[in-house]
Amino acid sequence: MNNLFNKKEIIGFLMAGDPDLETTKQSIIAMDKAGAGMVELGIPFSDPIAESDVIQDSNMRALENETYLPNIFKMIEELRTETQIPVIFHTYMNPVFNYGYENFFKECSEKGIYGIVVPDLPFEEKGEIQEYADKYGVSIISFVVPTDEKRIKEIAKNAQGFIYFVASIGTEEEDKSHKAKAIIDIIKSVTDIPVAAGFAINTPEQAAQYSKIADGIIIGNTIVKLIEQYGKNSPEHIYDYVKSMKDAIK
Amino acid sequence: MEKTKFGKFGGQYVPEILMPEIKKIEEAYEFYKNDKKFNEELTDLLNNYAGRPSLLYFAKNMTEDLGGAKIYLKREDLNHTGAHKINNVLGQALLAKYMGKKRVIAETGAGQHGVATATAAALLGMECEIYMGKEDTERQALNVYRMELLGAKVHAVTFGTQTLKDAVNEAMKAWAQRVDDTFYILGSVVGPHPFPIMVRDFQSVISKEAREQILETEGRLPDVVMACVGGGSNAMGMFYNFIDDKDVKLIGCEAAGHGVNTEKHAATLTKGRTGIFHGMKSIFCQDEHGQIAPVYSISAGLDYPGVGPEHAHLFDTKRADYVAITDDEAVDAFEYLSKTEGIIPAIESSHAVAYAKKLAPTMKKDEIIIVCLSGRGDKDVAAIARYKGRNINE
Repeated sequence: MNNLFNKKEIIGFLMAGDPDLETTKQSIIAMDKAGAGMVELGIPFSDPIAESDVIQDSNMRALENETYLPNIFKMIEELRTETQIPVIFHTYMNPVFNYGYENFFKECSEKGIYGIVVPDLPFEEKGEIQEYADKYGVSIISFVVPTDEKRIKEIAKNAQGFIYFVASIGTEEEDKSHKAKAIIDIIKSVTDIPVAAGFAINTPEQAAQYSKIADGIIIGNTIVKLIEQYGKNSPEHIYDYVKSMKDAIK
Repeated sequence: MEKTKFGKFGGQYVPEILMPEIKKIEEAYEFYKNDKKFNEELTDLLNNYAGRPSLLYFAKNMTEDLGGAKIYLKREDLNHTGAHKINNVLGQALLAKYMGKKRVIAETGAGQHGVATATAAALLGMECEIYMGKEDTERQALNVYRMELLGAKVHAVTFGTQTLKDAVNEAMKAWAQRVDDTFYILGSVVGPHPFPIMVRDFQSVISKEAREQILETEGRLPDVVMACVGGGSNAMGMFYNFIDDKDVKLIGCEAAGHGVNTEKHAATLTKGRTGIFHGMKSIFCQDEHGQIAPVYSISAGLDYPGVGPEHAHLFDTKRADYVAITDDEAVDAFEYLSKTEGIIPAIESSHAVAYAKKLAPTMKKDEIIIVCLSGRGDKDVAAIARYKGRNINE
């Protein structure tokens, strides 16, 4: 875990339970073998208000399979006999609130969950879970979007684990990475915490471009599309894709 | 109490991408709510465009028929566009204009908020897009055409339960993709701060007028004030200026659908639990895993799995009571008010009328009930006919 971000990392996203938890486990193992540094594991929620249509549909498939926190934690326990790859959870506030903050973070800590990413928990509301996360040593990963410098600095100074930089804003590819560099420079002026860029990074070319300015690349949409396409056979395709992304940033 | 919260409810649980814009709205609202020019312009719109003040009507026939408390109806159905929704929309659309926005978006359930938003956008010369669950576009087809007639683009939302909840999800997503020139006109006292406060303030004109009107007519305050509750905007508007009048009982009427002990209801406060969703900590209908539950009501406007945080607070502190009214009871009240008073109420408002029918006979003749008649029922006529087994095309 301590070696994380010593080199440029690939962080792969997938939804727990899509198409089923066994395939999710095998896909995580495949990502590990392909050289991913970390896995961002979605806990499905009925109303994912901040996701692409592809990931929204993945949420629904996982819920149709009745994928809930207790069986996700059980899968992680099984996973830990095969790989120690760092895992962060990606979820919305309500499933966590409903599980109970104390129970949730205690179990995260026991299963070696490195951190959580919560799209509907902005900087202003972090206090809702901060004490529980701190008590059990789980990082709350902060999002940074291109906004005013003051806000970016405030978030960066208080960030834990790494910063999740939302790189999708803007239309022109060139313009985006230009803007992205300016924002990552602002972040780096106030903190040493690594910055991973995500959202709309799908191709090895994009990965190569962003790896010049960020410490890590978060990839999700393409992985989830592979799962949608190949179902139980997706782990081998995920391996190939993650490897191509990893090779692109070396 | 934190300024973003009502007791333990409220807050701003939204994606980071929306946060800077929400803070801008918060600042703009704090400024303009005390701005003379803004308030003059809003009052002018409310009085000379929307038709305020609305009547406080003594329902004599209903009162005599039920034989108990005197029943007054606060006639929000007489507003331009036929519901209380216009009060809030004119306020927010004007704020959007003062903030320099050129484009407004909104979610809608029954279509009343969408129609009101499209109306304000037409009046103020703004671009307008409305998000509406596909199921709702079918049961309220006339309102879809009405919005289009007013120049709005209507998006039918096909994700999830295809109702109001999903329309809110989709509107939030669309807003996140284009915050710079777009203002999201939320239709109820829900969502992240400052929306619950802002919408309540714009709707509080209902109780401000009603309080003055009843004091003038009866020389005293009412014993009970009631309104239907989906997200809860007409109820917050109806309650607000009576909250400090401790002897005035506040009653919210939720949708019990087929009954609160079936799976087909939208009785959030009766059956729900605390949760965090749609930008707020409040009370929601949800399953044991914290997944938001599909809800049901004959009324598209009450078909929402949550409730505004201020209602959750009034419920938690026992300042207001909340009851659940079934589809059958609401339809019965819909027909009853039509026949008894010659007023066709919205199926949403009929939930409050239904409870007044139950409560009035148990009260004394010198006691007073005010029912908020949040909207008119023209939009529901075809659906109610179908409910009663008559197939009428709209």
